[in-house]
Amino acid sequence: MKVALFVPCYVDQFYPQVAIASLQLLEKLGVRAHFPKQQTCCGQPMANSGCEQDAKPVYHNFVDAFQDYDYVVGPAGSCVYHVRKHFNIIEQTPAVQHVRTNTLELFDFIINVLGITEIPGSFPHKVGLHLSCHGQRGLHQANESEMTPVRDGQLRRLLSGMQGLELTELTRNDECCGFGGTFCVSEAGISARMGQDRVQDHVRNGTQVLTGGDMSCLMHLEGIVRRQKLPVHVLHAAEILNGVIIG
Amino acid sequence: MSHSERSDIFLLDAERTTWHDETLWFVREKRDKAVYATPEFQELRQLASDIKDHTLSRLDFYLQQFEENARRNGVHVHWAVDAAEHNAIVLGLLRQHGATRVVKSKSMLTEECHLNPHLLANGIEVIDTDLGERIIQLREEAPSHVVLPAIHLKKEDVGDTFHKYLGTEKGNNDPQQLTETARQHLREKFLAGQVAISGVNFAVAETGTVVVCTNEGNADLGVNLAQVHIACMGMEKLIPRLSDLSVFTRILTRSATGQPITTYTSHFTRPAEGKELHIVIVDNGRTQQLGRPDFRASLKCIRCGACMNTCPVYRRSGGHSYDFTIPGPIGAILSPNIDMRKHASLPFASTLCGSCTDVCPVKIDIHTQLYKWRQVLGEAGKLPTSKKWSMRLLSRVLAKPGMYSAGGKVARQALRLLPHGLTHGQGYNPWAIARELPAPPQQSFREWYAQQPQNDKA
Repeated sequence: MKVALFVPCYVDQFYPQVAIASLQLLEKLGVRAHFPKQQTCCGQPMANSGCEQDAKPVYHNFVDAFQDYDYVVGPAGSCVYHVRKHFNIIEQTPAVQHVRTNTLELFDFIINVLGITEIPGSFPHKVGLHLSCHGQRGLHQANESEMTPVRDGQLRRLLSGMQGLELTELTRNDECCGFGGTFCVSEAGISARMGQDRVQDHVRNGTQVLTGGDMSCLMHLEGIVRRQKLPVHVLHAAEILNGVIIG
Repeated sequence: MSHSERSDIFLLDAERTTWHDETLWFVREKRDKAVYATPEFQELRQLASDIKDHTLSRLDFYLQQFEENARRNGVHVHWAVDAAEHNAIVLGLLRQHGATRVVKSKSMLTEECHLNPHLLANGIEVIDTDLGERIIQLREEAPSHVVLPAIHLKKEDVGDTFHKYLGTEKGNNDPQQLTETARQHLREKFLAGQVAISGVNFAVAETGTVVVCTNEGNADLGVNLAQVHIACMGMEKLIPRLSDLSVFTRILTRSATGQPITTYTSHFTRPAEGKELHIVIVDNGRTQQLGRPDFRASLKCIRCGACMNTCPVYRRSGGHSYDFTIPGPIGAILSPNIDMRKHASLPFASTLCGSCTDVCPVKIDIHTQLYKWRQVLGEAGKLPTSKKWSMRLLSRVLAKPGMYSAGGKVARQALRLLPHGLTHGQGYNPWAIARELPAPPQQSFREWYAQQPQNDKA
């Protein structure tokens, strides 16, 4: 099985530790992932801004970088969703179709392709799970509160298998954090307010470590946590599952 | 003004924003309880969606069938191509009957057509009889929500309004007393109303019936006291059969307010002895939307308001920030159809979280349509110039791995070396209004990866 690690542009530049944790976690689970260095970005920032046509060369670069792999795995639900859903505007060659179908979010890959539902480890902290909208409603990785009161999902299951880890219960389980890609600057006021409300829900319910499967939401929430100097650590779930120790 | 500029004004009052958000979230939670308690809800949603899709695919047929059956029942049917024609028809009917006083029960269509100012300018007193509508009518404001038109107002605001216009005691904010005042005030208006105008929730093609759902019973009271009833409907309100109606009455209020059913569901099929019933069927851009394949499903909307209650952006920016008769996520896909330039910012007033799509009882793919409108607006040259060029530049960089890699390195260096006040300047870095930028690491992942001895350098 040839697996490529897809490291979204902002993760590559600002959160290398998340990509390293993803790589090491996969290795612990028996998968040696390669990092094709031709990769850059999935093109979502342009497309979400209404400039889908401008993004086409970026889509082609993505397909070129990953077409030779069986699976493309990335620690960011939103980017994965974009590749799967919105690469429909370029010619659907076998390579494009192959890449779209086989680009998977990290935990989706671990659970559904590797068939692993429990990862041994210990993390004795109160953890608040942030469900990313694109992971949850786009890739169906967790139940939606619009449909059912039952709170379940891939990441919830993986995290609850960690020793000592206690998941906090939020007042609004799956409300959007307000990042929204370029929304965070084009509607900066609302975006900031949504993020502040989201962080408050965690703080109120006792979250010590805020985590999730999508680094873009976490980048926004971390920005608020740091601005407000709150006693909350923000970590990608790959870091927790890979055995990070917080001091 | 763009949506974000209007939102910023709303956000200035942080406490009111919290209150607005929590009030609407409370309604969303009531909706959830009602939906969870209905095990077949998802099947009902699918059925409602299918019925609406089918009706829209044969709208010409069902409109004609509806007209024929309504005429057979003794109803006068009128057609209006746009808002101006709708208003002219209504005014003409009022003049024909020498009416100077009209009572109206909540109709978003007459709001859309700006009927009230038109009638007032022509010397006709028009009174909205729905409590929320009446409150904002007194204040000369537009509704901020399709089901809860005065949801932007607190009880203190209502107390002040009633003190100013209805002579209640200053500082009296007791909801029960205010409601009683409104009741007395409206009773006079009901008795004096010569003509009653109502909206239409559903129009049944098979029987020529219009169905109006209200919780206050004001449509019935107005219609039964007046000599003439004018029902105004958008042409998308059709459903084929009477037996289809139950699907919609079961999902409408559960989605809107969490009630199992509306208090009053009134069927108007034929005029009472000696009275008149008129139905005005309005296009006003609906045919155009029907002809846009990507957006035609927006015409399935039954105006329950669930997408507004669930939308985290709407809850924190208020209905008026959309500056369109129908606000919120559904309004943001209906409005560019009417005026692409004026409403160009609305499809961007969303994080595309998809919650609107998930609550929609007729399964409109709202967030997908928002994404598509962005592309249409982009291609039509309706984006701000700075956005257009920065995205073009970004694409150039991201299509070339070498340029991206070098550019990233420079940006990280700059972030590390420049003083915090410069990188976080609130005047030009909107990110920094409430957030720190990520701390730039020494190495990008790709730089780290290339240094690992076990990795092939290919």
